[in-house]
Amino acid sequence: MPGGVGTQHIISIGDFDRTEIDKLLDHARQIDQNKYDTFALQGKILAVLFFEPSTRTRMSFESAIARLGGTSISVSSIEACSIAKGETLADTIRVVSGYADAIVIRHPKEGAARLAAEFAHVPVINAGDGAGQHPSQTLLDLYTIRQSMPIDGIDVALVGDLRYGRTAHSLASALSLYGVRLHTISPKGLELPASLATALSENGMEIIEHDDITDVIRQVDVLYVTRIQRERFPDSTSYFNVSSSYRITPELLSTAKAHLIVLHPLPRLDEIDPRVDALPHARYFEQSRNGVPVRMAMLLKVMQ
Amino acid sequence: MKNAQKTGEAEHEDLLVRRIMNGTVIDHIDAGEALNVVKILGIAGTTTEALSIATNVMSGQMGKKDIVKLSNRELSKDEVNRIALISPRATINIIRNFKVYQKKGVEIPTLIEGSVRCPNPGCISNTNEPIKSKFAVLPNGLRCLYCDSVITKDLTSHII
Repeated sequence: MPGGVGTQHIISIGDFDRTEIDKLLDHARQIDQNKYDTFALQGKILAVLFFEPSTRTRMSFESAIARLGGTSISVSSIEACSIAKGETLADTIRVVSGYADAIVIRHPKEGAARLAAEFAHVPVINAGDGAGQHPSQTLLDLYTIRQSMPIDGIDVALVGDLRYGRTAHSLASALSLYGVRLHTISPKGLELPASLATALSENGMEIIEHDDITDVIRQVDVLYVTRIQRERFPDSTSYFNVSSSYRITPELLSTAKAHLIVLHPLPRLDEIDPRVDALPHARYFEQSRNGVPVRMAMLLKVMQ
Repeated sequence: MKNAQKTGEAEHEDLLVRRIMNGTVIDHIDAGEALNVVKILGIAGTTTEALSIATNVMSGQMGKKDIVKLSNRELSKDEVNRIALISPRATINIIRNFKVYQKKGVEIPTLIEGSVRCPNPGCISNTNEPIKSKFAVLPNGLRCLYCDSVITKDLTSHII
């Protein structure tokens, strides 16, 4: 039934060890320097199954396959495919396996990508499953940090919705492989899940909770900001009060280390003042652009 | 190994539950867990064979214990090992012609499939997909192999 012997999937950052991550990031850097074969995946087809909205992840995967000479076919919503007629994801995956050489999937249910890997005959890459995993985002986050500094032993602050934010979960797990000290700053009720915090601590990671970004801004090397979603709050006033207290501004950054970088998986709402965009700390648009070489390296890993 | 089914501490239980001719006797179940054992084996509502349950039976070793006897069915290794999750001291006696044909303890399995429900409502295993739930057995609980949710307490409430 499942993908067969030797089929490689990328489902969770937890499936990688440190060596594999470093190897993939090294390959992405080579690609970034235009050292790659533009025909490497010529004749290959990537199925892009997005059952949730996306701009960056979807387009960067499509860009990645195109730059490697392949093409993509896609489904852009549950409403637009047979799942709307009651078909199971398992059946959809079995069918699509016959049309493509690899599948990229985003789905609202946690574990959907792992299910897809069970039923697919081709490699599956998880592009985000519910509040679960988002390994390609984590790899490009790590890549962006590594462009500025070695990851080992740095101080990283995660700011925002750390409970539901899958990018924060995946990144925290990966950073635990690099001896990073983790600082968390989140609204009440949106803290890092206790089970994840425990697992990270057991993995030797030091995690320090803070009430206010100003407590930690002088200390950290990376500020990773995530979106606080309006729907997590009972009304717009309480949302506004909370989100404004987690806002990154030039004034806040004036006391930061000179080499501090600000990352955000995007899209941002009010978490980062647009005035920050012009500061050398701002790396979120570069981070977004890095999605292409990192995803090219991922496609080459599973499709070549 | 062929021993008489009736041994030492079983005398009292004999008054409660008759010996069986063929089948499986699950002995030394932690007191109060017999119904959960039946539930985790998935035989509660489906078996057509005689099923006998004794709870809070006096036991020399355990103080009190539960016993489950299932006629005309020999449980497989995978089935009995699920019991280890809720009653690791349980012993399994395969009975043939009123005699203990085989006696063994339970071993904690590495994977539990289809008998525990993931507590995460957003998990794909809680949908109509044609899959069984799958959990890795950890030293302190179970981890869903689909969504990574961890169950560390009150396992029996998650048994399907």
